Amino acid sequence: MRAYHDLGGTPAGEIPKDDHELELWEKRIEALLVLLTRKKILRIDENRRGLESLGADAYFAASYAERRMLSISNNLILKGVITVDELASKLADIETRKDVLP
Amino acid sequence: MNAATAERAGAAQVPRYRAGQRVRVRKVDAPGHIRTPHYVRGKNGVIERFVGFFKNPEELAYGRSGLPLKALYRVRFVQAHVWPEYAGGAQDTLDIDLYEHWLEPEA
Repeated sequence: MRAYHDLGGTPAGEIPKDDHELELWEKRIEALLVLLTRKKILRIDENRRGLESLGADAYFAASYAERRMLSISNNLILKGVITVDELASKLADIETRKDVLP
Repeated sequence: MNAATAERAGAAQVPRYRAGQRVRVRKVDAPGHIRTPHYVRGKNGVIERFVGFFKNPEELAYGRSGLPLKALYRVRFVQAHVWPEYAGGAQDTLDIDLYEHWLEPEA
């Protein structure tokens, strides 16, 4: 059985060839991943395993950066770096802020 | 384990395959984090080169040490063999880096 993320050889349809600028938050996700790997908190292999553990629905509903964000969050909770409550309270805090970037 | 120790651990091992040998990719559906794409499992190819010994990413993915080191090979496949409906040239090939535990001698 083919795992849902293992897409090599499956029909892809039209390939979008337009360049697109990364949003600031997307760049921050990449920066966070680099920082976590450089500090040896998270291995890139663990992040890949995290992406493959999201489940097909979440995986395909999310964008590239969103998937990485979900995988990083799950891994950091698993490793005890952050708690579920800390993440939830930070998200609630951000909801109330006016200075949040789009 | 630092890089120098890892290198020594690798030096004690001998790669099972050499360039030019024909191999088959194991056709298994292993659970967990897999570094061998589905489309190449069960296909026959030729060892193009031995790349080196590396920590096993399929173990690193779970926060483990990745030891013992695994031999990595570049394996060459004929495109028309990999893709039954391949419309390109009969000589076209595809190279994929695969770990030794995914390979077996071609029957």
